Amino acid sequence: MELFKNTNFDFLRWKWPFIGASLVLSVSGILSIVAHGGLKYGIDFKGGALMTVRFAYPPPIDKIRSAMAQKVKGDISVQNFTDPASKDEVAIGTELQEERQLNVNRQAMADVLTATFGQPQSGKLDFNNTSQQALMDRLRDPLARAGASLNEQQLQTLVTNVLRFRDTPPRSGLVTNFDELSSVSGVTPAIINTLKQECYLAPFNIRNVEMVGPKVGAELRTKALLATLYALGGMLVYIAFRFEWIYGLGAVIACFHDTIITVGLFSLFNKDIDMTVIAALLTLVGYSMNDTIVIFDRIREDLKFMRRDPLETVMNRAVNQTLSRTVMTSGLTFLTVIALFIWGGPVLHNFSFALVCGIIIGTYSSVFVASPIVLFWHNYADKRKRRTGPAPAVAPARAEALRKSPTTRAAK
Amino acid sequence: MKQNVTARSVVIVVVILVCVFGIIGFPKSTADLKKNWDNNIRLGLDLKGGSRLVLQVQVQDALKGEADIVINRLKDDLKKQNITWTDIERNDPPTVADADSIQINVKGVPATQSSSFRNLVNDRDSDWVLTPTSSSDYVLRMKPTELLALKKDTVDREIQTIGNRIDQLGLAEKSVQQYGRDDYQILVQLPGVDDPARVKELIGTTAVLEVTAVTDGPFPTRDAALAAHGGVLPLNTKVDKALSRGGSEGEQWYLVSRNAVITGREMRNARAGQDQSLGRSWETDFTLSQDGGKRFGAFTGANIGNRLAVVLDNNIVSVATIQSKIDDSGRITGLGSQDEAVDLARYLRSGSLPAGIVYLEERSVGPSLGADSIHQGFVAGIAGLIAVVAVMLVYYKRSGVNAVLALILNAVVLLAAVSYFSAVLTLPGIAGIILTVGMAVDSNVLIFERIREELRAGKAVVSAVDAGFSKAWWTIVDTHVTTVVSCAFLFLFGEGPVKGFAVTLVIGLIANVFTAVFVSRTIFDYELSGHRRMEALSI
Repeated sequence: MELFKNTNFDFLRWKWPFIGASLVLSVSGILSIVAHGGLKYGIDFKGGALMTVRFAYPPPIDKIRSAMAQKVKGDISVQNFTDPASKDEVAIGTELQEERQLNVNRQAMADVLTATFGQPQSGKLDFNNTSQQALMDRLRDPLARAGASLNEQQLQTLVTNVLRFRDTPPRSGLVTNFDELSSVSGVTPAIINTLKQECYLAPFNIRNVEMVGPKVGAELRTKALLATLYALGGMLVYIAFRFEWIYGLGAVIACFHDTIITVGLFSLFNKDIDMTVIAALLTLVGYSMNDTIVIFDRIREDLKFMRRDPLETVMNRAVNQTLSRTVMTSGLTFLTVIALFIWGGPVLHNFSFALVCGIIIGTYSSVFVASPIVLFWHNYADKRKRRTGPAPAVAPARAEALRKSPTTRAAK
Repeated sequence: MKQNVTARSVVIVVVILVCVFGIIGFPKSTADLKKNWDNNIRLGLDLKGGSRLVLQVQVQDALKGEADIVINRLKDDLKKQNITWTDIERNDPPTVADADSIQINVKGVPATQSSSFRNLVNDRDSDWVLTPTSSSDYVLRMKPTELLALKKDTVDREIQTIGNRIDQLGLAEKSVQQYGRDDYQILVQLPGVDDPARVKELIGTTAVLEVTAVTDGPFPTRDAALAAHGGVLPLNTKVDKALSRGGSEGEQWYLVSRNAVITGREMRNARAGQDQSLGRSWETDFTLSQDGGKRFGAFTGANIGNRLAVVLDNNIVSVATIQSKIDDSGRITGLGSQDEAVDLARYLRSGSLPAGIVYLEERSVGPSLGADSIHQGFVAGIAGLIAVVAVMLVYYKRSGVNAVLALILNAVVLLAAVSYFSAVLTLPGIAGIILTVGMAVDSNVLIFERIREELRAGKAVVSAVDAGFSKAWWTIVDTHVTTVVSCAFLFLFGEGPVKGFAVTLVIGLIANVFTAVFVSRTIFDYELSGHRRMEALSI
């Protein structure tokens, strides 16, 4: 099965409309960023405390926010997760003005949740938010009194099994009824009774707590920026070395264009930018480079055989020849990334969103941004040469491109 | 040609065996298999559940402590040589950034004694540089090499002390290590601990511990204390407040000596315990270093019947009467309750950190999120893999099988590399593996498309395959190099899970060069060598 045998689309004829489209997308992205007052940083870059809590029922956002506001200073944000795999989950964010608040905020947030939704006065242990050690300590004596006494090793195994049952899907941290535990190995009715006496089941489970002091936040921002700049710079050097400098510049501008549009999309869809998103952006840069290099490679090869034809024709030919590969690779990579987006869960959600957008844009930019830039430059350079002096046998820019191609191995 | 294929096949089989061994060892049963898998593929904290703490060592505390020691020693020496002075004290750099500005100011050395003063200092305190600021005043600053050495030593000792304390929890895989390059940061990783509050308590946070002589007290207010001495503090004393216990007696203020007998640096360990003999009352046992023990012995021996106070960050946490000479291990008895004894032990222990710590970052992933993440990563990976395999088989027919085999081998090599390098698999790392699948297939696509082109141009099958591989080679190298460059910077600048992503992607791509080119080629050659002259290639 072959989709793209010998195609001959004139891609570069459409360069102006597509450059126009690129400009529109980039500008609207930038405008959105400006309208929002800057990039929407995630906790990695902004600092703050972020607590992810899953509820047994659709969480009452306003109630949570007002309860938090009473005990915790500063801005409070409570948001539902947009990812389909995580329903009934909220992310509660509070501000951290300085590092010393790290301890205070975490405890305060947990206390507010217990006070609002749990049973702090009952004296019982919150089963859905307890740790191994705490549960073992709590159950040891009551179990002995109930006649189901266990030695230390058995107690540890029992608690491990019970907690593993609680934490694996589909419960995923929230048990709603103690009787569910009867299916766990080693659990007898006496043990369930003891559990019912000593513990209660809070309707929420704290899944994840992240606290980043403002100092670390600022450091990570710097690191992310440096990583991106260095990566782009490194590639510029490598491509300028393998092709000529204008190809390097074209490729880098294309990558830059991809990054700006992706970040703009993040702003348009109001998504957070954290360290994993930066990882996705850098991967994109690498991926977009790949695409661009494949086309450039072909252009260089074709230039050897099509010495008389104008650059635009050669480029079109190269793009058509690589069309099959481009569509296949982008398609396949896109498939894996879509799988990540749909099934990968909330932690990777923003990461996979960046990749999904980026792959589409990256593929498009290799043909409609990188190549036109090289084309424009060469046309401009050729025009100047013609104006200033007699044209040499082969256009000088093209000669240099030919000079830089690696020696081809003798065809076997 | 046939031998060539055989030799290469042997290489491939050996590689596969080595990789499989790296992942699951020699399992004798399913339980064994799971155990080996768990041991070899280490999961990161975001998949296993656990906490990650980044803290900064307040090295300026150690520098201040060192300056205090030097001041005490200097005062003794000056007294012995009958050199007078009006004041010797140090400044107070508040943050790590200011730490290097530590200095000792000496005032009032008469000009006539200046040369003997200078000789003395150069002799005894050669780590410091003496600079006169006037005819009778001087400033001592630590030499830069000494500053560096002391700061580094402080961080090392801090790491050790924290490690020892966390050991008490009996965690199997904790790690405490230096973090970052030069900001005195320590990274503590605690798998399985999803609420680090208890751990942070064990580590402790404050550092300024002093055990010092009580000269007068208790007084109900600060003013009362001053009033009892005519409104002026006697030489070398200060007034500190005692932490109230249970709010029964209200505030209590004491006059204590400014010069501590022992500081946190000499405190080695402290534990709460019960007095075995009478009434099982609670007490706190503590041990000091050898030097501290000598000084403490001299002090307690000369002060039996007097009181001393344990002062933490300028708050008195305990006042005790010296009952006998204590050298390097002693007890504070007569504490009211177990809580009091435990708290006091904690205070004493926290004081023995070489320097204070400030928590910069804290992330804890609960076990339920960890389990979910593994599950989700797995599902996404399988879905992606199935999609890619299906498309490759449909589009490239039998050659698609070739590509799928190479892909699977790629994943195996990747996992084996993770195991052999003891790299940690994080959720972004799993995403990296999934991404590797998508990008790795690119190499195969490049080669296959080229082969198709050559076939269309009329070449014979064998030379078409040859040409396909050789023409695609440089393009493959170029594309891999650029992504690896990108990931290298990500590795340098990223941390934790993101580093894991960079590592798996890079390893995956390098492995891909091997599988897509070497392995694929061998499979093709194997097929082609079987038939005399192949008319067509299923591609």
